[in-house]
Amino acid sequence: MTDNAKVVEILHAMKEAISENAQFLTDLDAPIGDNDHGINMDRGFKKVEADLPGIAAKDIGAILKKVGMDLVSTVGGSSGPLYGTAFMKAGAKTAGKMEIGMDDFLVMMDEAIGGVQMRGKAVQGEKTMLDAMIPARDAMRAAAAEGKDTRAVLDAGVAAAEAGVEYTKGIIATKGRASYLGERSIGHQDPGATSFTVLLKAIAAAY
Amino acid sequence: MVGFVLVSHSKKLAEGAAELGTMMAPDVPVAAAGGMADGGLGTDYEKIMDAVTKIREQAPEGVLVIPDMGSSCMTAEMVIEDFGDPDVVLIDCPFVEGAVASIVEASGGASLQECRTAAEEARQAEKL
Repeated sequence: MTDNAKVVEILHAMKEAISENAQFLTDLDAPIGDNDHGINMDRGFKKVEADLPGIAAKDIGAILKKVGMDLVSTVGGSSGPLYGTAFMKAGAKTAGKMEIGMDDFLVMMDEAIGGVQMRGKAVQGEKTMLDAMIPARDAMRAAAAEGKDTRAVLDAGVAAAEAGVEYTKGIIATKGRASYLGERSIGHQDPGATSFTVLLKAIAAAY
Repeated sequence: MVGFVLVSHSKKLAEGAAELGTMMAPDVPVAAAGGMADGGLGTDYEKIMDAVTKIREQAPEGVLVIPDMGSSCMTAEMVIEDFGDPDVVLIDCPFVEGAVASIVEASGGASLQECRTAAEEARQAEKL
């Protein structure tokens, strides 16, 4: 099981991973977006980190809800409402919990995906973060159903997310700023799918 | 009277659209909620929430929130959900033409629904 203190530690690791990859994410966004994804995500997670000490003793749902609100308030681009909704939906399902297990994490992923789909009105295959999130969730659920331990489940999720990022290189963007480029978006990996993979890798490494 | 909040990534675009709209209808409550707190490109939840709160106080008939694209739509949608007032609505219309058409409509004392229709019908208006 993962307690609230561990969740805070993982959130800190997620912030560090976004900071380390901020330039990379922004560079990915330059040819097919508005050249700010890493800058925006870094601004959002800096605010999250600044607020973590004040919420560290709360239940996991309250922590995740605050993370979501911070991202909505500070990111500035589409990733703000999208990741913000994802964290708030995950937080709603963990309200009052002081520790969570893999079953909870899979439900949180379901909620996060549902939140992103609702907010972005997107489906899989449109060259968005969903193209990493959905395969990662599916791979983790399959690995968990096979009885694998948490380490192996998270590794399966990271591998599927990375494959999802590769998949976004070959498809046309039909959502978001990149959709204005049409076929010219082919060949570029999606920054949102990439940032999700960065976050999931940070979760797996910090677990 | 109906009031308006114009939401854009760009501070200049939101202010420019508000300027065009109120040029013909100076009495209509209109707020521009464009850009980030530091003036940079982006959408700012707090700025939109503050604008909606301020305009709602001046507009007993309700408020139309007009976003330009992408995160403007999503962030404005979250503000409206959290504001929780059925007479504050997000509408889908051409940003400049829809804003001007519906602000002018509001200046004549039109209802929230009439202003909304004017904004949405701007999509069909031929310019040339």
